[in-house]
Amino acid sequence: MKPIARLLLIVIVLFAAAPLSAQQQPPPKPAAQDAFVPVDTPNNQQETIPAQRLVGIAYGLIWVLLLGYVWSVRSRLARVEREMEALNRRTARQ
Amino acid sequence: MQKLFTPLLIVVAAMFAYAPIMILNAPYESTMGLVQKIFYFHASLGMAMFLAAFASGIGSGVFLFTRRSWADHLAVAGAELTSIIGFLVLVTGPLWARKAWGVWWQWDARLTSTLVMWMIFNAYLLLRRYGGPGSERLAAAVALFGMANVPFVYWSVNVWRTLHPKTSVIPSLVPGMRGPFWFCVLAFVLLTTLLIAMRTELEKRRQQLDELYLAAEE
Amino acid sequence: MRFIRDVWTVTRKDLLIETRTREIVLTTMFFALACVMVFAFGFVREGRPVQDAAAGILWIAIAFSGTLALGRAFERERQGETLRALLISPIDRPALYLGKLLGILILLAAVELLVVPMVALMFQAPLFDYPLLMLGLIAAGTLGFAAVGTLFAAMLVRARSRDVMLPVLLYPITIPVIIAGVRGTAALLQPEADQPMARMWLSMLVFFDVVFVTISLWTFEPVMTD
Repeated sequence: MKPIARLLLIVIVLFAAAPLSAQQQPPPKPAAQDAFVPVDTPNNQQETIPAQRLVGIAYGLIWVLLLGYVWSVRSRLARVEREMEALNRRTARQ
Repeated sequence: MQKLFTPLLIVVAAMFAYAPIMILNAPYESTMGLVQKIFYFHASLGMAMFLAAFASGIGSGVFLFTRRSWADHLAVAGAELTSIIGFLVLVTGPLWARKAWGVWWQWDARLTSTLVMWMIFNAYLLLRRYGGPGSERLAAAVALFGMANVPFVYWSVNVWRTLHPKTSVIPSLVPGMRGPFWFCVLAFVLLTTLLIAMRTELEKRRQQLDELYLAAEE
Repeated sequence: MRFIRDVWTVTRKDLLIETRTREIVLTTMFFALACVMVFAFGFVREGRPVQDAAAGILWIAIAFSGTLALGRAFERERQGETLRALLISPIDRPALYLGKLLGILILLAAVELLVVPMVALMFQAPLFDYPLLMLGLIAAGTLGFAAVGTLFAAMLVRARSRDVMLPVLLYPITIPVIIAGVRGTAALLQPEADQPMARMWLSMLVFFDVVFVTISLWTFEPVMTD
């Protein structure tokens, strides 16, 4: 089948599959499904301590992993550069 | 190209240093309180993951049909970033969910499809590592399937009823939240692009080194 | 027309070999049966099957035995070194892909002819109450699974660690197909079968099939060419 025919077929099927109805059982807590509602101070003050830990772990993990990856790429790059230089020096001497 | 890496890294690091200040000054969400602040990084990471997946998919597509080596390097870099960023998305989400939904995990459409996409790119990396010679082309096909998942993951939350918030949350952000959010998105997009570029460069250097070794043996 | 003839030539070759030896079809059927039995033991409580287990077990049996069949089918090509002969022959790559795919589909259909009644029997699941929908779900699901499987099995023929790589690559990509199949089947197995839901999942399966077959057709040639 020609590529354009295949593409058209995909588009047609996409529209055919469009009217999909959801069927999951109702979620335990539909917290902020469609939009976030802002407020100046949090109203669940007594529960904020565990939340702080969760937020801290989340951000901490992101920092550690991304910094670690940056460091890893840079050190691997440096190592490859060194090996290339050593190899060039060796072949230049011959 | 490589000379730009360090200054750009410094710029991105500065953005990341400033981001928490913006986030702390943003208003709290009415039902979720402090834990909603994970959103700024979690959603930005999600966008970064899509970007990395696209990079890998496009690189793979170009590589399969033109056999240009830069495309293959881009594909590997994109896949690695998708794996790492995907891991972060899949961990920060549940950390937020534990407070917001009361459960660590739910098999709804968004979470399941994100996990599946992450698995596909892990499979890509495994194949590159252990597949032996010729695995570049095979892996490229895998990455194409992975990239095809991205629109599915994105729209899943609008098509099905899920615990996960819909995409309508983003356009409806109030100005107090909008500023920090898009700042974080920018920071992550810049970081991801930079990391993909650096990783691609590493892959290119590795190939040059291999060719040098081969040439030296002759 | 020549294209269709080529496809049929490839399929006929596989079917001829299979009807003479019956190796893959018999071993796969047996494996599928063993799979269903193991799950039956796992999900049975006081002699009665757990509700809703039948749908999941059916599709897991299809997925596992499908992976086995794919691996065996292409292992045969590798041992006979016939894949190279196929690639050198003047057959269009897409025709080659479709021919192999059709062969696998026929093989899996034979296996499912056994497995579906077995599951219906052992789990007392009314799988035949809505035969057309059920047939549609199974056919669409098997097609999606086999489309990706044929591509990967073919491209892994010359790779290292091919035995473990096939499931590693295949399952994440085909999980959406399996999920859709399971949900659709489960919708039909409920006390009051939810036909609109089953039809929705069927249209999802068709959508996946189109995407997977398209990507597979598109990438088969560059992947198999050195």
